[in-house]
Amino acid sequence: MNWEPVIGLEVHLQLATRSKIFSGSATTFGAAPNTQASAVDLAMPGMLPVLNEQAVRYAVLFGLGIDAEIGRRSVFDRKNYFYPDLPKGYQISQFAEPIVGRGQFEIVLGDGTSKTVGITRAHLEEDAGKSLHEDYHGQTGIDLNRAGTPLLEIVTEPELASAEEAVAYLKALHSLVLYLGISDGNMAEGSMRCDINISLRPAGSDTLGTRAEIKNVNSFRFVEKAIAHEIERQAELLDSGGSVVQETRLYDAERDETRPMRSKEVATDYRYFPEPDLLPVVLEESLIEELRATLPELPTAKRQRFQDQYGLSAYDAGVLADSRALADYFEAVAGTCSDAKLAANWVQVELLGQLNREGLTIGDCPLAPDALGGLLARILDETISGKIAKQIFEAMWQGEGDADSIIEARGLRQVSDSGAIAAMVDAALAGNPEQVAQYAAADDQKRKKLIGYFVGQVMKTSKGQANPALVNQLLAEKLPD
Amino acid sequence: MSLGAEQLERLAALARLRIDPGEAPALKDALERILGLAEELAAADTTGIDPLANPLDAVQPLRADTVTESNRRDAFQAIAPAVEDGLYLVPRVVE
Repeated sequence: MNWEPVIGLEVHLQLATRSKIFSGSATTFGAAPNTQASAVDLAMPGMLPVLNEQAVRYAVLFGLGIDAEIGRRSVFDRKNYFYPDLPKGYQISQFAEPIVGRGQFEIVLGDGTSKTVGITRAHLEEDAGKSLHEDYHGQTGIDLNRAGTPLLEIVTEPELASAEEAVAYLKALHSLVLYLGISDGNMAEGSMRCDINISLRPAGSDTLGTRAEIKNVNSFRFVEKAIAHEIERQAELLDSGGSVVQETRLYDAERDETRPMRSKEVATDYRYFPEPDLLPVVLEESLIEELRATLPELPTAKRQRFQDQYGLSAYDAGVLADSRALADYFEAVAGTCSDAKLAANWVQVELLGQLNREGLTIGDCPLAPDALGGLLARILDETISGKIAKQIFEAMWQGEGDADSIIEARGLRQVSDSGAIAAMVDAALAGNPEQVAQYAAADDQKRKKLIGYFVGQVMKTSKGQANPALVNQLLAEKLPD
Repeated sequence: MSLGAEQLERLAALARLRIDPGEAPALKDALERILGLAEELAAADTTGIDPLANPLDAVQPLRADTVTESNRRDAFQAIAPAVEDGLYLVPRVVE
């Protein structure tokens, strides 16, 4: 049978607040265990939650960023389950009235087509602590530093049809939340964790099959592998006449498999009810409008503008608009040198290449955009060739100064003096009579190759500094017809 | 409303309560009466009435996003039954 996967994702996004969602404890990652766990986070008797304004603002920003309905009034609920890293015995979450309602946003797939993904809802909740099961003499160690860290849980419609689409969605979401500045998006530190709901149905059918949920997958690559693995598992099961059990599974990256969570880890009835310790959250229209006014240009809009304004290809626009920092860098380079396509090319090939080689991000780039723009301006005014520019780029990267001073110090200025170049061309022809004779007898195709040879000779004599356009022009004039 | 033995067991499991078999009949009785009250409440006509999340006619005040708590781990852990390396130790929760 030809099965069609139906995938929905729930992303838990840690919001970039300084303090926790319901207490004044710090949220810094990597602190010594339990040094950021206050009486509220520990659920000491009598402690009451007070909602963090910034968490609310970030949630609203996200809602505005996906063009969603904003819950003018939202309510917190208790989600009840017992686990030692949840000291209260319930998680404060939102159930019936979330802060962000239906929205959508656009993702671009590998083949360049785009798809709109529906967002069902996004709600605020608190994170739990961490349980460490190893090394404590048969006991479990509990670190409550993470307990109470604000999360935005973002739920998609079951509209993704492949592992590729799921990953494209996650990358687009990652890019969006970084643009909005609402999360650090650091997946290795657990700032963005993903639950995957997945079911199969016969291709073309519109009824949903029974789904399995894969919990807590924390990298793009693992999402891709977990989905691929789960599709295979369910297809095998269905093809052999079996049925999928609705259950929660864990993805084991080391063994590249999903397996059912032990029943003890699965709460079967959360018994949600309104949190009596918190009042309904009411958002004033003025706050929403204030936040709307701070929205930056978002990735989808920026991608489109880069194509319209600078004539970039969809692919190039996508790469450059992927992060706000890279997009800003590119636009600054383009502004300095006034040639957006040249800027796009250099930023993507030379700059990103160098950053990759050194394991740096655009934020750590040692080269200021106007310095790179200054170098490109020297290509455009024909002071140097593109080839020499790469040498200078290396030197600038090493901190040898700006393009102009390196050109002067190393004497790299392109030779555009036609008299000097003519002399070099004459010498090249005189020194290679055999090739000149071959040229005279050759057809067009062979002639092209031979011109390449003569250009090479002149470049060698000029140490790469002869203006290539001028060399070609003079060769054409001086070679026999 | 009558409660089966299985339902009672499930409720106890969700609440992490261990029920002495001798206590079960009395507990079942008491719970059935509580559920009877809930049924009575559920029978009230609520047409046109919005769900009430909180009886107070007020909205949630918000606090500024500032760190106001300092590290008081030593004080908290002084009353914990078992700690090690700054962690609270609890009975192992996975097999």
